Amino acid sequence: MLQTLTVLVENKPGALMRVVGVLAARNYNVESLTVARTMDDTLSRMTIVVDVESKVRAQVVKQLNKLVNVLQAQDLTDERCVAREMVLLRVRAEMSNRTSILKEAEIFQARVVDSSVEGFAIECTGDPEKLDEFVDLMRSYGEIEVTRSGLVAVTLEPKKLRLASPVPMGASEEEEQSEERLLSK
Amino acid sequence: MASNTNQPAAPGALLSGSQILLECLVREGVDLIFGYPGGVTLPFYDALYDHPIQHVLVRHEQNAAFAAQGYSRATGKTGVCCATSGPGAMNLVTGLVDAMMDSIPVVAITGQVTSKLIGTDAFQEADTFGITRPATKHNFMVKHVSELPRIMHEAFYLASSGRPGPVLVDIPKDIFQASSHYTPVDSIHLPGYKLYTEGHTGQIRRAAQMIWEADRPFVYAGGGIIHSHAHNELRELVELADLPCVNTLMGLGALPGNHRNFISMPGMHGSYAANMGMYETDLIIALGVRFDDRVTGRLAAFAPHAKVIHVDIDPSEISKIRNAELPIVGDAKKVLTKLNRVMRELEPEMRALKSNERAEWWNTIRGWMEQHPFKLETSPDEIKPQHLMAEINRISGGEAIVTTDVGQHQMWAAQLIRYDHPRLWINSGGLGTMGFGLPSAIGAQMACPDKLVFAIAGDGGFQMSIPEFATIANQKLPIKIIVMNNGHLGMVRQWQELFYNNRLSEVVLDSFPDAAMLAGAYGFKGRTIDKPEELRAALEEAVREPGPYFLNVKVTPFENVYPMVPAGGAINEMVLGAPQPVAVA
Repeated sequence: MLQTLTVLVENKPGALMRVVGVLAARNYNVESLTVARTMDDTLSRMTIVVDVESKVRAQVVKQLNKLVNVLQAQDLTDERCVAREMVLLRVRAEMSNRTSILKEAEIFQARVVDSSVEGFAIECTGDPEKLDEFVDLMRSYGEIEVTRSGLVAVTLEPKKLRLASPVPMGASEEEEQSEERLLSK
Repeated sequence: MASNTNQPAAPGALLSGSQILLECLVREGVDLIFGYPGGVTLPFYDALYDHPIQHVLVRHEQNAAFAAQGYSRATGKTGVCCATSGPGAMNLVTGLVDAMMDSIPVVAITGQVTSKLIGTDAFQEADTFGITRPATKHNFMVKHVSELPRIMHEAFYLASSGRPGPVLVDIPKDIFQASSHYTPVDSIHLPGYKLYTEGHTGQIRRAAQMIWEADRPFVYAGGGIIHSHAHNELRELVELADLPCVNTLMGLGALPGNHRNFISMPGMHGSYAANMGMYETDLIIALGVRFDDRVTGRLAAFAPHAKVIHVDIDPSEISKIRNAELPIVGDAKKVLTKLNRVMRELEPEMRALKSNERAEWWNTIRGWMEQHPFKLETSPDEIKPQHLMAEINRISGGEAIVTTDVGQHQMWAAQLIRYDHPRLWINSGGLGTMGFGLPSAIGAQMACPDKLVFAIAGDGGFQMSIPEFATIANQKLPIKIIVMNNGHLGMVRQWQELFYNNRLSEVVLDSFPDAAMLAGAYGFKGRTIDKPEELRAALEEAVREPGPYFLNVKVTPFENVYPMVPAGGAINEMVLGAPQPVAVA
């Protein structure tokens, strides 16, 4: 099944490598992955879609959360969220087809971003199924070239972000000592 | 120079990267590094030249990582190893993965080519940061000398806290050389590194209830008990409710081997009673374990009647393999301390509840133990490997440190040598690395100079570690190196015999060196024996020797380790011994 995850990571060297690496090492198939900075430019937000058996879904989240640079990984598959993808496609259009291509684009609320003698470049966003339909439709007009962005998602029920607080140097030893005192009482 | 004394450097002092690194190591309490120098670590080794931190020069970087592990496994402290860029760092990788699999805190410091040359395929350049990403709990590359203190302390914190593991810090040569005003770090902030150590109070209460209410409870305790120093709390729990307890390969010594509630080791070569107990129990109390395939056998047939209480500090271990009815994420010591308190609270009303069932359960277990104990084979003509382990056990009396590689000798040493304390039994469990025993013994003996240390290896793994004879001779370490020499890669041969029609493909190890001459070449004593009547005296002679001793023990070549759960088999279907397999229950 397809599992959608949203992952907040620190922009540290190797952070992307760690996320991709753990998915590969644990044998989870990546369907799509998008990453970009957030409003806080020390952080990035990833949306990852993996194809896994449903029983390992919890494990995927745990493995991501285990990474030191991951602040929060959340499974959006069953959450209330909005998920969108963008497709950019180029379609070769005969002069005779041009009007109907534009009409179809309008139905899908797609935008023409470039027009030339050869044809159009069109931008369309939506959920992946809708984009599949749009791509199929455009293919019926002739040769097309397609680039898809991969899914981006935002949850409608944000989870509280729990972060580790700073630990004073040598804290663990002090903690152990205080605990020993407690036990000896 | 500030870094050349035991006095910490004054904040703001202008120091080189190498000196800052040494400052950080001192602050972390490091007194010993295992390493091997090279081109890009020259500036660091120059600073180390007259620094009080001791450096042990191993003869291969892989063994630096193993020795650091041996040091850590024997003490619980973080082990430190050091290698140069490229080949040096690459040679560390096996040792790091090994530490990762067994959750051993190790900090590895590697040199990297000068920052400007990174990515140019420079001499001795390798993408250490990329290659060790999956080999470590976390890794760092230092981009600026000012980051060095923060990164070093984060490395030690990550290695030793939570579920311990190896952490690597890759340092380009120019960072060692650069100067910076040293600012000591006063706190560590890793916002994404959340530790859950306390354990959920409600869950702990429910666990206590379940334990008292179970008819046939069974404690399955592993390496997590040892990492967490929770052996006393484990013992308290086991005694409090009179629970039968098995220790995994990683957990041997967690409950003393001579404790009356200790059953033995479960798993592929575990005892009959341990595996039957796991099969028949109605409540597994899993403490710091990960339901490894070598323990569970065929998962679908593992503990079919049992509910599972799973205590682990790593949330990703919970329900990874076996679903836990009652998960508790937390540090074993903290959780067990609370659990024991609740167990005591409930004791007055609960103790009598299942007393009949419990008595019956113990009777069944004692029956299994008497029916099929680990077999102590001996022969009048040949030294049986089991005989060798029994004699080592006699000398050790549950007190000696024993390190091993992987294979038959490891399994017999786990079965037949008793470990009455944690951190005596040091072996490569998860990764199963040949050549682990000898170098890890170096680390253990350096950490515990007064302890008797046996490094037991097969004749295969031993030949992967011979270079370290030089380190042992150099450091005058009184390690007793015992080779259980069956002339074969014994475990592979056993599988070829049992599952590949005895077609012994590439498992015969001829041309073993003469023991006396080999040890003599390094300036210490060695001897080969092959008669059972020589065994006891030879071991005693080895132990009496104030320095290192190499004892090559020729044992029967075709002995198999039993009981054995064949790969993919159910744990209650052990093969108990040659010749004909006996299916049980």
